[in-house]
Amino acid sequence: MRNPQLNDEGELRHLLTIEGLPREILTHILDTATSFVGVTAREVKKVPLLRGKSVFNLFFEPSTRTRTTFEIAAKRLSADVINLNIAVSSHTKGETLLDTVDNLSAMHADMFVVRHAQSGAPHLIASHVASHLHVINAGDGRHAHPTQGLLDLYTIRHYKKDFTRLSVAIVGDVLHSRVARSLIHALTLMGTPDLRVIGPMTLIPAGVDKLGVTVFHDLERGLRDVDVVVMLRLQSERMRGALLPSAQEFFKYYGLTQEKLALAKPDAIVMHPGPMNRGVEIDSAVADGSHAVILPQVTFGIAVRMAVMSILAGN
Amino acid sequence: MTPALPDPETLCAGLVRELKPHITADTALVGIHTGGVWLAERLHAALGIALPLGLLDISFYRDDFDKTGLHPQIKPTQIPFEVDGRHIVLVDDVLYTGRTVRGAMNELFDYGRPASISLAVLIDRGGRELPVAAQYVGARLEVPSGRMLVLDLDENGKLRLKLDA
Repeated sequence: MRNPQLNDEGELRHLLTIEGLPREILTHILDTATSFVGVTAREVKKVPLLRGKSVFNLFFEPSTRTRTTFEIAAKRLSADVINLNIAVSSHTKGETLLDTVDNLSAMHADMFVVRHAQSGAPHLIASHVASHLHVINAGDGRHAHPTQGLLDLYTIRHYKKDFTRLSVAIVGDVLHSRVARSLIHALTLMGTPDLRVIGPMTLIPAGVDKLGVTVFHDLERGLRDVDVVVMLRLQSERMRGALLPSAQEFFKYYGLTQEKLALAKPDAIVMHPGPMNRGVEIDSAVADGSHAVILPQVTFGIAVRMAVMSILAGN
Repeated sequence: MTPALPDPETLCAGLVRELKPHITADTALVGIHTGGVWLAERLHAALGIALPLGLLDISFYRDDFDKTGLHPQIKPTQIPFEVDGRHIVLVDDVLYTGRTVRGAMNELFDYGRPASISLAVLIDRGGRELPVAAQYVGARLEVPSGRMLVLDLDENGKLRLKLDA
């Protein structure tokens, strides 16, 4: 079956998941993002690439931060941005997802950025819209968050250059994390030889080892000699039932402190997709320390989203 | 009909002689990727220009994005000097429709307000679609429309012109 994200020429038409994308497309996105990092550092942070285009942010699940980064990216490409918080709008009046999309398409949208609590919602929209429209998945359920995966990939490449010699540990609430899933696919595709996930039994999804990662339940063992530590946010709002005794208990076993970080390579970098829970998954001394690249991740995230939007709009 | 192509190294030396009397402390060279950068590197060295060389990739400023999409290989633009008040010489290999130069000027203005912009090209092949002219020209050449004239580096790192079908 043809990858629904690609057009007949094999070019990227939608970005729904990193899974199944050829490595050349990922590299093209990262290379293009490098040029956009330069744009966002100058006084006039705008280029005229998407002038006259309308980008609709369709957020069926609230997320101020992700929405803002897409909004900034679109605006720096000179697109017009319309933000729709559908969680509190027509959805509650009973309109179906595809009716909402049809209505917005009739308003001459060029691109939809979709965040939805239901896995697969962006795929549904992508398979429904007319051929000139583009869909970007900004996070669907527990499934994927491809632009976050790409910005993590960009950050790792920026600091570590070569994926083929790296040890990367992803730590914490892997179960609820679409970030982890996207990043595992991306790193595997780029040839990362040593991928580890670290977390309590209750927060590691069953079968994750089939993705080619090594599972650790002991943080200290898992962190040994890694080049990159990716901390995940403890998603307490997604937890139902007693997966964890308490946040304090979690910090005791899985919180990243300087002492534990010392087990990683001396030049290891620490990443976090944000928003951080200080004192739950990460200690302030680490979050503000010299190994942390959490704020550069945010800066790179804008450039990566600009790259994705401009590549899609041009295909 | 293939026109005889001049030797770019000779043309480059001619450009150096043309530019020399106009270089001041406020002159900056900016090469347009890819061919223009090779040429600008040579001019920059030969003219002994004090300000570092600027590099421009105009992919984000092209007017045919809707038709052709984003260029597959974009190089970062680097303008390592203050643009405000500078006399900028844009450098490109071949001047044809003028659309690349328009994109380059738009991009430069997003870095600041130069005192002046002039244009140096190795070849002016005519066929302008915009009111753009070069102040410094290596050679004027008749090239049939529809053929691509590009600058290239041979295996010894020497400039050469190539005419593609």
